[in-house]
Amino acid sequence: MHHSLPLVWRRIPERYNLIGCKCETCGTPYFPDRKICPKCRRKGKLVKQKMPKTGTLYSFTRVHAAPSGFEHESPYWLGIVELGNGVRILSQIVDSPEEKVVIGASVTMVFRRIYADAEEGIIAYGYKFKTI
Amino acid sequence: MQATQIAGTGIAGYGASIPRMRVRVTEIARVWGKNGEQTAAGLGVSEKAVAGIDEDSCTLAVAAARKAVLGAKIDPQNIGAIYIGSESKPYAVKPTASIVAEALGATPNLTAADLEFACKAGTAGIQACMGMVASGMIDYGLAVGSDTSQGRPGDALEFSTGCGAGAFVIGAKDAIATIDGTTSFTTDTPDFWRRQHQEFPRHGGRFTGKPAYFRHVLGCANALFAKTGFKASDFDYAVFHQPNGKFPLEAGATLGIPREKLATGLVTPFIGNTYSAATMIGLCAILDEARPGQRILAVSYGSGAGSDAFALTVTEAILEEGRRPVKRVWDLINENKTYIDYAVYVKHRRKLKSM
Repeated sequence: MHHSLPLVWRRIPERYNLIGCKCETCGTPYFPDRKICPKCRRKGKLVKQKMPKTGTLYSFTRVHAAPSGFEHESPYWLGIVELGNGVRILSQIVDSPEEKVVIGASVTMVFRRIYADAEEGIIAYGYKFKTI
Repeated sequence: MQATQIAGTGIAGYGASIPRMRVRVTEIARVWGKNGEQTAAGLGVSEKAVAGIDEDSCTLAVAAARKAVLGAKIDPQNIGAIYIGSESKPYAVKPTASIVAEALGATPNLTAADLEFACKAGTAGIQACMGMVASGMIDYGLAVGSDTSQGRPGDALEFSTGCGAGAFVIGAKDAIATIDGTTSFTTDTPDFWRRQHQEFPRHGGRFTGKPAYFRHVLGCANALFAKTGFKASDFDYAVFHQPNGKFPLEAGATLGIPREKLATGLVTPFIGNTYSAATMIGLCAILDEARPGQRILAVSYGSGAGSDAFALTVTEAILEEGRRPVKRVWDLINENKTYIDYAVYVKHRRKLKSM
């Protein structure tokens, strides 16, 4: 499968360090980064902000029929993580024993390979979460 | 032989990472028709750590480095140099150090490079950082040893090659352990190598002991003693490179260092030989429990061949809140581990050719 190099490149701050943004007008944090605050519209002022690296598991599912590039990882957990500031993000849940993957579980960010672009292509690294 | 005494440099922070999966030596022996108990006893290794399919020497390095920077209590922007030692780089060309730097938030004003010297590239990074810190060129440097060690299926190496990373922030201020002296010992000894584009290393078999490991480790330790004035008995802990569970004990016995002083830093029997990370993870384990004033001897070894020796003294700063990682090395070794069989192991280590 071929992945776009600029897509991998541009998302490095987001994927390595959970850098999103925050509206200075209303205080709402967003992840991923946005161009416009949907609440404040033209009055909004968005600035880059690091998201907290811990949160709780809001919901999860187990993927058995994995998309291309993830076949060798199935079955794997895919979860919605609610970060400490209320922002919810979609992430793989790794390195976690089955009994710990429950709604409300405390999770923390880890740095992993997300996918590799064929044998010769770029390796995309980024966040995943694991239970604490 | 050369020795340097660099005043004022020390370890500001440290961290280790060890993957969760383990494969037992008896399980590998079962597949290759060997006597498992005998093989495990012969090597002094009972099981080894296996990196998952989404882990590599870069992700392990990031995990260890993040802990080290947290413990050093520094702004990552103050890191002026990052050196990653590894012989299992995810890219043949593209520095892992640049990825680690970005993941730490240390970019863009720093120098970064990957180092290769079989199992001692990580400690070579420590020495490079020491020199740069001592000269005033940088405030802090980060040296990481990280490997997802490779062994050809069925080869003797496969029983012991483990995965892990150890990271040290080197600085002049607020060190938790001062580095009182360092020495290196390097020769052209063809005991282990991997040619360009080859997947697995080759080794000198029974010649990897006396003329290779012991000559360099003992030669380097004795050179350190000669230059610094320390004696083996001055040290409360010692860690040597550990390609198996036996060589470091033998090296200790030759130098007159009792087994009790080696036990804390001897991790290979439980996680395998993590190559560039081996001495560094062992040193992390010692720093987890050493008290202020205690002295540590650390001697790495990299085939090809060379050793770096360090004399360290633990300071009062190690007792400060947050200077040690939350999880100790021995917690990482013993907690939350999952045993896998050989088939799952070859899948995760990408040894299946049709994958």
